[in-house]
Amino acid sequence: MIHFDNVTKRYPGGHEGLKNASFHIEPGEMVFLTGHSGAGKSTLLKLIGLLERSTRGQVRVASRNLTRLKRRETPYHRREVGMIFQDHRLLYDRTVFDNVAIPLVVSGVGHLETGRRVRAALDKVGLLNKEKAYPITLSGGEQQRVGIARAVVSKPPVVLADEPTGNLDPTLSREIMQLFDQFNSVGVTLLIATHDLALISRMNKRILTLQNSRLIRDIAPEETIGGN
Amino acid sequence: MATKRKKATHTGQRRSLRLDIWFMRHLQVSLSSLGRLSRNPVSTLMTAAVIGIALSLPIGLHLLLNNAQQLSGNWDGAASISLFLTKETGQESATKLAARLRLQDEIEHVQLISREEALEEFRTLSGFSSVLDSLEGNPLPNVLIIEPGEKHSSPEAAEQLLGELEKIREVEFAQLDLQWVRRFQGITQIAKRAVWVLGTLLGIAVLLIVGNTIRLEIQNRHAEIEITKLIGGTNTFIRRPFLYSGFWYGLFGGIIAWLLVTLSLILLDSPVEKLAGLYGSQFGLSGVDLTTFALLLGGSSLLGLCGSWIAVGRHLSEIEPT
Repeated sequence: MIHFDNVTKRYPGGHEGLKNASFHIEPGEMVFLTGHSGAGKSTLLKLIGLLERSTRGQVRVASRNLTRLKRRETPYHRREVGMIFQDHRLLYDRTVFDNVAIPLVVSGVGHLETGRRVRAALDKVGLLNKEKAYPITLSGGEQQRVGIARAVVSKPPVVLADEPTGNLDPTLSREIMQLFDQFNSVGVTLLIATHDLALISRMNKRILTLQNSRLIRDIAPEETIGGN
Repeated sequence: MATKRKKATHTGQRRSLRLDIWFMRHLQVSLSSLGRLSRNPVSTLMTAAVIGIALSLPIGLHLLLNNAQQLSGNWDGAASISLFLTKETGQESATKLAARLRLQDEIEHVQLISREEALEEFRTLSGFSSVLDSLEGNPLPNVLIIEPGEKHSSPEAAEQLLGELEKIREVEFAQLDLQWVRRFQGITQIAKRAVWVLGTLLGIAVLLIVGNTIRLEIQNRHAEIEITKLIGGTNTFIRRPFLYSGFWYGLFGGIIAWLLVTLSLILLDSPVEKLAGLYGSQFGLSGVDLTTFALLLGGSSLLGLCGSWIAVGRHLSEIEPT
């Protein structure tokens, strides 16, 4: 589903966000991406979501070669990659319902269908009763779940999450991870960047580790602590 | 066969459904951008008023010019040619000549003023009746007043016609008073050109006003644009509400311009009528007709649309999610 082939990302000014990274994520896999802050986790995710383009090497998502993708095709690629951010990136002048509906409005889904799917997504993250609320009135965990509902409402095959539990306490973080596990069980490919090692060691999933912009470890689920 | 037809109607339905969705979406976006504007009525009205004032100037001048041209159209014989016939030409041949000239394409109207009529008129109007009485016989010739057709009333064409008429045997002397026609036309030309120049300048001003307003709107909605791009909104999708805003600004500006011009004409109408009355004329100002109205609104909305297009093109690409 996600192929990285000797991918290097050099930012203007010479800093290299990612050096010669190669890996392959199968469809339906759930993978954690870990490493210290500044190790290149965000860069890697941005390359998949086409927020950045690689300087060298090839990135392929599904059957798309992102290296060759034209600029005007970027939006269509992004519709197939749900993205979740540590800072949620919600629109604070719109209701929860409207926030979650954006991906559907953007791709031209009809009115009734939008309502149905937004409520289904909100139901899944347990916020159905908050659809008319404004994000600012919600707790951090709830806001994050709005962000998750928005990322999955259009049923993208790939979901990326950048430190989704960064600001949450352990209980809330576990709940969020369980949510991701549920999406994974219906076939969604997930790549989750986090530095919460304690949390992911219990999840029994593949873990990619970055250090100083290099991919230094690729641990299969059976090798993780939880797998024993 | 039946399945084929079924399939065809199915695709037809789907196409019309897609068109429905497209239309609905445009309607939705246009109304929501209208709603957004109505939430800030004061600033919206101010922007529209600036556009309206800018547009009302060239439109108002254009109307005044039209009125002036209409007024000058009332002065029939603006480029009329007087043919003074030779003394030898009698009443009968003068009538014949008049009939012959009437058949010419270039000539709209021929009026024969016989020497008797001329003398009579001269006698009553000039106040020299006693002097005329002392004269032996009538010194005045028969005169034909020629009015060129509409296509031949320009100074050049009228002059050419004059040349041809001078060659007629019975014509002693032909006269065309062109000077004031020329001057009036010159003034009208300058005024027309000035209206165009002014219109162009103020049109550019409208583009800039709308462009700047939309630029500020884009800045205010920076976060929204960024997130929409992040989620896969195409540039077309993101551009649309801004283009509609520009369109609405232009349309409202056009309506305000129309109101301003109409109001000014109403204010001017009664003094103009009074003045015309002093000259014994029925002349009254004509207002904005339907064509001008449609052109004004169409043009102003188009200007608004273009203004926002420029702003959107410049500033939307600057916003990229990180």
